[in-house]
Amino acid sequence: MSSSPSAEPDFSIERNGADIRIALSGAWTIAGSRALEKAAEALGAAGKGAANVAIDFAGVGRVDTAGAWLIDKARAQIAAAGAATEYQSLDADQTILLREAAFCEREPARVRKVNILLHILTQLGGWSVMIGGNVMTGVAFLGELAMAALRVTLNPSQMRPTSMVFHMEHFALRAVPIIVTINFLVGCIVTQQSIFQLRRFGASTYAIDLIGVLVLRELGVLLTSIMIAGRSGSAITAELGSMKMREEIDALRVMGMAPMDVLVLPRIMALVFSLPLLTFVGDIAALGGGMLTAYLYDGISAESFLVRLQDAIGLNTFLVGLIKSPFMALVIGMIACIEGFRVQGSAESLGRQVTIAVVNAIFMVIFVDGLFAVFFAGVHY
Amino acid sequence: MESSEKKPIIRVRGLCVSFGTKAILKGLDLDVQPGEVTGFVGGSGQGKSVLTRTILGLVKKQAGEIEVFGENIDRLSPLEHRVLERRWGVMFQGGALFSGLTVKQNIQAPMREYLSLSQSVMDELALLKIKLVGLDADAADKFPSELSGGMVKRAALARALALDPELVFLDEPTSGLDPIGAADFDELIATLRKTLGLTVFMVTHDLDSLYSICDTIAALADGKVIAAGPLSTMLASDHPWLRAYFHGRRSRAIVKPDFDFVGLGAPETAAS
Repeated sequence: MSSSPSAEPDFSIERNGADIRIALSGAWTIAGSRALEKAAEALGAAGKGAANVAIDFAGVGRVDTAGAWLIDKARAQIAAAGAATEYQSLDADQTILLREAAFCEREPARVRKVNILLHILTQLGGWSVMIGGNVMTGVAFLGELAMAALRVTLNPSQMRPTSMVFHMEHFALRAVPIIVTINFLVGCIVTQQSIFQLRRFGASTYAIDLIGVLVLRELGVLLTSIMIAGRSGSAITAELGSMKMREEIDALRVMGMAPMDVLVLPRIMALVFSLPLLTFVGDIAALGGGMLTAYLYDGISAESFLVRLQDAIGLNTFLVGLIKSPFMALVIGMIACIEGFRVQGSAESLGRQVTIAVVNAIFMVIFVDGLFAVFFAGVHY
Repeated sequence: MESSEKKPIIRVRGLCVSFGTKAILKGLDLDVQPGEVTGFVGGSGQGKSVLTRTILGLVKKQAGEIEVFGENIDRLSPLEHRVLERRWGVMFQGGALFSGLTVKQNIQAPMREYLSLSQSVMDELALLKIKLVGLDADAADKFPSELSGGMVKRAALARALALDPELVFLDEPTSGLDPIGAADFDELIATLRKTLGLTVFMVTHDLDSLYSICDTIAALADGKVIAAGPLSTMLASDHPWLRAYFHGRRSRAIVKPDFDFVGLGAPETAAS
């Protein structure tokens, strides 16, 4: 080998009338990157106007598939311009390489022209069908879930208490610190702002009424649900989604175990039990935050806070929040499971489905809360 | 370069790897010669994959030295290690194709990272690799989830070959392929080795592959290489595991006439 194996790909041209001899040199390997591409382009142009072109491999250091492909592509260009081409001084390996990596014309991918209006309309149509399909899946899923729940209720031996308790540990017990913290902080913040606003009317003690009603009716359950949608909803979707990706769900099915019974029901039931408990914990934490803030900003003692609170709220105030929470749990669990089952083969789709699950669950939690507000106002509860 | 011709491309000395208290590799020595196809065999759970992953730098070793391309991988700076990584290609057992990218994009991923080629050339090269590993051109725009098991293997090999590496690690390349597909794959590896001057390090259980394309076989048991050499050495070995492996019920039908002398006593050396 006459040139160092790591030299840049290059060539020299010898003209002899209408005959051209091109002597390649250097390493024609993919490591040459841009230099290789440039050399190959120049090579393709070098044979212009010749009748016979010989490409000599004697000086070549190393050739790989990329180099062979580009050299052969250049040769094809020269041949297309009307010259007779041949290779010289090929060794046995290079011959095989050139055969394996021989250039062949590939049809460029055809780009279809589309009418932009038609495109928008098809997209819109596709969207509508997709949304309709989503609603259908949701309803079908709810029905299937109800049937599974009924089956389990009629035949309690089919319950999976271990699985349920396991999930409750993750959904409820391990969420307690974060739920307590955020509810406590929001309780503090709301109380502080209420005191500032009401102080102007000399009615700062009404902040206790405000915080009591607001936390118990709305904030406690809302914050807790949103937190759980982000925390446990995403976990459920990711878990089911990766099981789907690895055919574990198909495996369950062929073993005669319904994914609905084995995977979905324990999770949703765990959520339905967990969320009221967490809501209660969250309520207490928020009221605790309110109590602390009222003492710090208005000097209201814990005793007077509690007395005032007892006057301000009734049992119904507390129950309104608590009644909502199992429904929130159902919404979160269902969306998380449906999106989990919708995961396709790729990691990207897993990420997308988890995002959709969390966003939809939070949206639906707030939406359902609004419906409940209207409902409770309607029944004067 | 000429002087290093005889130097092994992978040299492992005294390698120890353990997970927790469980020692997997206990002072393992291994040489892989350039231009050869080395088959690596061993029982399940003996640490074949661990060895491969340790050489690749994915598993931490407790003791020992690993040299690849004559360079001790512990003494390399991160930059030098990246340069080294360009010179080898790896095909994982499950393919490990990026699921969010098409086959073509998978093959182009290392090119995009390391080289500055125009998109048209990268497309051409990707299609060339796809053809080279025996896939149809219309597989180029498919996602890994749309491929069959055999196609995933081929696509993974195409990605391993994207940068025309000098050394290729193959983890069970023919597992899960039908016998015809596996034979094609063997032939493919043999052709690539011949044309590209490739060194192949493959973990395999496929006796056909071992018989037909491996120049050297290394057998792993008890955390060490218990035997290394051409097939004849393996067949002549007295080690009980090797006897069970190469003379077991499944191997009998495969032993080719040329190797029928085995088991009768004095084996010839394969080199002669």
